[in-house]
Amino acid sequence: MSIAMPTLDPPSAQDPMLPHPAVIESIKSEAYGISTFSLTFVDPAEAAAFRFSPGQFNMLYLPGMGEVAISISSDPGEPQVLAHTIRFAGSVTRAIGRLRVGDVVGVRGPYGSSWPVDNAAGKNLVLVAGGIGLAPLRPVILSVMRQRDQYGRVLLLLGARTPADLLYNEEIGRWREGGIEVHVTVDLADENWKGQVGVVPQLFYRIRVDPKQTLVMTCGPEIMMRFVIYEALARRIPKQSVFVSMERNMKCAVGFCGHCQFGPTFICKNGPVLNFAAIEPFFGKEDF
Amino acid sequence: MTPSLPRVAASVVIAKASLQKVFDNLRVSGFSLVGPTVHEGAIVLDEITQMSELPVGWTDQQSPGHYRLKQTREPHYFAYSCGPQSWKQYLFPSRLSLFSVEKENGDWRVQPARNLSPRYAFIGVRACELSAIAIQDRVFMAGEFRDPHYARRRGPIFILAVHCTQSASTCFCVSMKTGPRAAGGFDLAVTELPDNFVVEVGSEAGSEMLRDTAWEPATAFDLGRASQACSRAEREMQRQMRTDDLPRLLYDNLEHPRWDEIATRCLSCTNCTQVCPTCFCVTVEDHSNLTASAAERTRVWDSCFALDFSHVHGGNIRPTIRSRYRQWLTHKLASWIDQFGVSGCVGCGRCITWCPVGIDLTEEVQAIREKAFK
Repeated sequence: MSIAMPTLDPPSAQDPMLPHPAVIESIKSEAYGISTFSLTFVDPAEAAAFRFSPGQFNMLYLPGMGEVAISISSDPGEPQVLAHTIRFAGSVTRAIGRLRVGDVVGVRGPYGSSWPVDNAAGKNLVLVAGGIGLAPLRPVILSVMRQRDQYGRVLLLLGARTPADLLYNEEIGRWREGGIEVHVTVDLADENWKGQVGVVPQLFYRIRVDPKQTLVMTCGPEIMMRFVIYEALARRIPKQSVFVSMERNMKCAVGFCGHCQFGPTFICKNGPVLNFAAIEPFFGKEDF
Repeated sequence: MTPSLPRVAASVVIAKASLQKVFDNLRVSGFSLVGPTVHEGAIVLDEITQMSELPVGWTDQQSPGHYRLKQTREPHYFAYSCGPQSWKQYLFPSRLSLFSVEKENGDWRVQPARNLSPRYAFIGVRACELSAIAIQDRVFMAGEFRDPHYARRRGPIFILAVHCTQSASTCFCVSMKTGPRAAGGFDLAVTELPDNFVVEVGSEAGSEMLRDTAWEPATAFDLGRASQACSRAEREMQRQMRTDDLPRLLYDNLEHPRWDEIATRCLSCTNCTQVCPTCFCVTVEDHSNLTASAAERTRVWDSCFALDFSHVHGGNIRPTIRSRYRQWLTHKLASWIDQFGVSGCVGCGRCITWCPVGIDLTEEVQAIREKAFK
């Protein structure tokens, strides 16, 4: 009688967990502990085929260190440049912070849902960002500027801890010229600051929009987004017109690891961009 | 000797000793047999070749936080309920290498892992466990992404199911509509009677494995006895769980005081998630050599009860046992339905038996229901 012998798996190139090497083309310091890394895939075919939508993210991997979910912060109209603005907060992001131009990182993606930029033609957009939350909204700004006449008013309400923590500071002038109304606030001013001081949701008091014709897209700390939603709803903007980008622990980004669950939602594949009407019962629930 | 093979959907009777012939046929066909066997006071799953390795003459006694084996007078092969392990450890191994990376002068060589994946024949799969496998099929193979590791193991398996003829005190498959009779998804399904096996043929492959077993067509009398034996398991079932008001009940009661009360008992030990045949959460581990020129990535079972499971910069999303138990139970019984169109619970009762403090989810759901907010 023959005995059953275990067989070796053939290697699988279809495994969604496999990283694809990409070279760091440039590193730009944005603020203390935050830099933007521009990447290009080593494989020219992968570089040519890569497309993403505003709000999607990649998993960035360092061998032996780990992997982190990072939003793509560059222009979807130029997908060959893949920028990721990263705050050095944990062990993996700090290790990325030690890399130099020419070093290689692993990339998987793009993953997740995107901001409803394509369904927003003719509407006013209110983009509300706190701190690093501006990074996933930058692709929206750049996409909108490419076809500015497609939209009504486009407002960016922007908050940072201090003036020195403002991301993409030198671009803000260009955004204003490109037809974006930018309002900025800081939590803590320095002696040169002449703008608003206070939390981001307060910027709603400086603007006036038609609630029926306006979409709100917000990304920042959850507590900030809660009050942004509060201000939006108080101005009779419907729940269905409010979109948030959420963050949770992620190990796989493809719905297998279970870590990013938020009620019925997998933040990795149903999110990170979610319509507020869909998540309202769970949003802001303590320890949920 | 019956010359031909039984057709699919037929029921036949074989002598108990003939099960060995089925085992032999499977092995000759290239299958590695995995089945229940007694090891260190528990019925565990392991590779077997002989039917004498089955827990013949053993039964189990299960209750919340309690599991003991007991010898019986009858030399039955399948007179017990689910043990601590489930088939998920073969289809979804607790530790699996994903890939390795070798760095040379800045160039990366990403090498997908090559893991051992035998063609398994699962011997003695219960109805609830067939449902659990079907649930994991949805999780790993039916979505936008497909887990190639699971798919490769799942593809060629052979399933010899066993219809339960008794139930443990922790079983509630009738409530979850998964048992005690296997409805499908098997190649062969056995009902053990005192002096023979009644075997249902579920597939061509199943029929093929009955070659040279001296099978006889089952008579109405045999079928009646088999059906009665299964009814006994159903009659014996002590636990039940109402499901008609789920998932709403849990979603509406996320702030119920019962969660605080459970948190005073729950140790957050992760046992329930490890024994659960459907829990699928994993984490990843990274290892490198000392110069970081080579590294490996490994996938390991994780649990929503682990403190760092929900860690993001700034802290853990679910820092309390209350929030972690609530996450587990609402996922299992409520959000699982939204995610995969089916409950994550099959009623096998493992989480009740293997909870070191005997927390019983059927009781907890009932306690929430009795003082529900809505």
